[in-house]
Amino acid sequence: MTHLTPIDYILMLVYFAVVLTVGWMLRRSTRTSTDFFLSGRSIPSWVAGLAFISANLGAQEVIGMGASGAKYGIATSHFYWIGAIPAMVFVGIFMMPFYYGSRARSVPEYLKLRYDEKTRSLNAISFAVMTVMSSGISMYAMGKLFNLLLGWSFDVSILVAAVIVLAYIFLGGLTSAIYNEVLQFFLIVFGFVPLVFLGLRAAGGWSGLQARLAQISVERGFDPGALTHAWRYMDDPSRNPIGVEWFGLAMGLGFVLSFGYWCTDFLVVQRAMAADSMAAARRTPLIAAFPKVLFPFLVILPGMIALAVDWHAPGFASQVGIAGGQGIIPPKIDPITHAALLDQTGRVVLDYDLSVPMMLIRFFPSGMLGLGLTALLASFMSGMAGNVTAFNTVWTYDIYQTHIKKGASDQHYLWMGRAATVGGIGLSILAAYVATSFNNILDLLQLIFAFVNAPLFATFALGMFWKRTTGHGAFTGLLAGTIGAAIHHGVSLAAGSVVGVKGGYFGAHIIYRSELGQTFWTAIVAWTTCFVVTIVVSMLTRPRPEAELTGLVYGLTPKPHEADLPWHKRPTVLAAVVLAAALLLNIVFF
Amino acid sequence: MSGYAHFDIRIPIGALFALLGGILTVYGAVTWSDQALYQRSESIVINFWWGAVMLIFGGSMLYFGRRAMKRLKVSA
Repeated sequence: MTHLTPIDYILMLVYFAVVLTVGWMLRRSTRTSTDFFLSGRSIPSWVAGLAFISANLGAQEVIGMGASGAKYGIATSHFYWIGAIPAMVFVGIFMMPFYYGSRARSVPEYLKLRYDEKTRSLNAISFAVMTVMSSGISMYAMGKLFNLLLGWSFDVSILVAAVIVLAYIFLGGLTSAIYNEVLQFFLIVFGFVPLVFLGLRAAGGWSGLQARLAQISVERGFDPGALTHAWRYMDDPSRNPIGVEWFGLAMGLGFVLSFGYWCTDFLVVQRAMAADSMAAARRTPLIAAFPKVLFPFLVILPGMIALAVDWHAPGFASQVGIAGGQGIIPPKIDPITHAALLDQTGRVVLDYDLSVPMMLIRFFPSGMLGLGLTALLASFMSGMAGNVTAFNTVWTYDIYQTHIKKGASDQHYLWMGRAATVGGIGLSILAAYVATSFNNILDLLQLIFAFVNAPLFATFALGMFWKRTTGHGAFTGLLAGTIGAAIHHGVSLAAGSVVGVKGGYFGAHIIYRSELGQTFWTAIVAWTTCFVVTIVVSMLTRPRPEAELTGLVYGLTPKPHEADLPWHKRPTVLAAVVLAAALLLNIVFF
Repeated sequence: MSGYAHFDIRIPIGALFALLGGILTVYGAVTWSDQALYQRSESIVINFWWGAVMLIFGGSMLYFGRRAMKRLKVSA
């Protein structure tokens, strides 16, 4: 366990004080439900863009991507360069005109405008459940981590974080969440840049890191370069640590999961909807894509460095109570015997989720340590806040106003939004206590996305680009896609996994090399099922008249103008630049 | 147009980083010769140097934020 000094606590308190002050100062400008749920559509694009990226920069990102860096090496950047950038460009260029232009107040509401009530309700309810769960997982992970690292009480850390998040959203609504997400973005950058700098210095620069990781790669049974090349070993699942081949990666992650998340998840899309104009809304995901291209160096590298460096003083690891393991990553401890866990081959199982926290403890003295841990806390809290603001909006507009109380006054819905904030956080706390342990938070979240989100992009893509798609088609397709995902997951299993939550409950007929491989293919199956079923059912049902689809479907909507904007504000120019940057990085780290 | 106009987001960003940076810089200066403390950060007094970087960032955010708000008041 590490002991913090007063200076570390002072830095944390400064952050909490600023966060609460922001909420307090925004309370007066939160007068209508549009202020509360959509920031009055008044956010400039750079603020919306940073919030867009921060809402996603929760615990699963910072801890999970560091963990994946240690597990998979630089290939983890596929989650960024192929698994995020193309989708972020797509949502900005092609989809935002419909989201923002239709004046829908939420993603489910777009489904109502384009299709019908049942499709919206299906999406709204599954989304509401998912956000509350994600927020709960975020809390759970935070409570567990700070208990392990600093000996804080699990209950107290969850409660304090929940109360702070509750306070600033309750007061300032989405604007408050967005402001704090931007604060958190800068905190993460300022907390992690020196970490990477010091880490790389200790590891002997990139070449020193490469040399050390080559040894580890060979120990794990791969070619020396498997941890430091993104694409070179993607020809066969057995040759790379991710355990997946390029097609499953490109289609499953790069297309289905990535587009399903970035293009349809209201958590991120809400930030763009809050922008102050159509052009600003389109720029939001594109501006977000610029830092996203560079994030691998901030969040993945620390995990890789954690494998390659040692504690600064002999015996330090036992002082913090975590001897053994590899580099500075401790072994996973059996909760009953308190001994290090071993896998079937007798090798020590590493607790990868501790890679990033251990890096902070290893390299930061008192002072900077406080800053680094504050950045981590901030990312947990803003991950929670992102989910809660998306939840209260979908609950109030898509569930409450639609099914429970229609036609009430705006003040009533504003009140409901605040009540839903309290309720959502209460449910998240509940979910946090229900959450069970998974080695990699990312794997679990990806699994949930695969079932519910993977078919979604087919529904949106068909809805936006094919006017013949009908509500019945969309609804049946969504259900079929989710069921398809569950069936595929049920008949497949990752090598070494146990039948149950990991799949195989209908018999393990297909064996994947890794859980991620299984997840990617589950997504591909879900998407394809939804795509085919939606088309077939749409052809059999009556289409909506074209006049009703103006502003909702490509081809029936006037294209947004951008010729009058200066070049650096044109969405297409930004898109081209960021795509070129992602391509370049893929080539450099090929 | 309520939310944004009330106060520029650069003000809280600037305030946070000026405060954090200021505290770290002072702490770094006070602990400058504590070799045991900075052994882990490669013998770099990271508190001082990075604190100074944050202080400069925070200060410029405050400056630009306040300038933008003054302009807003003048035009309104």
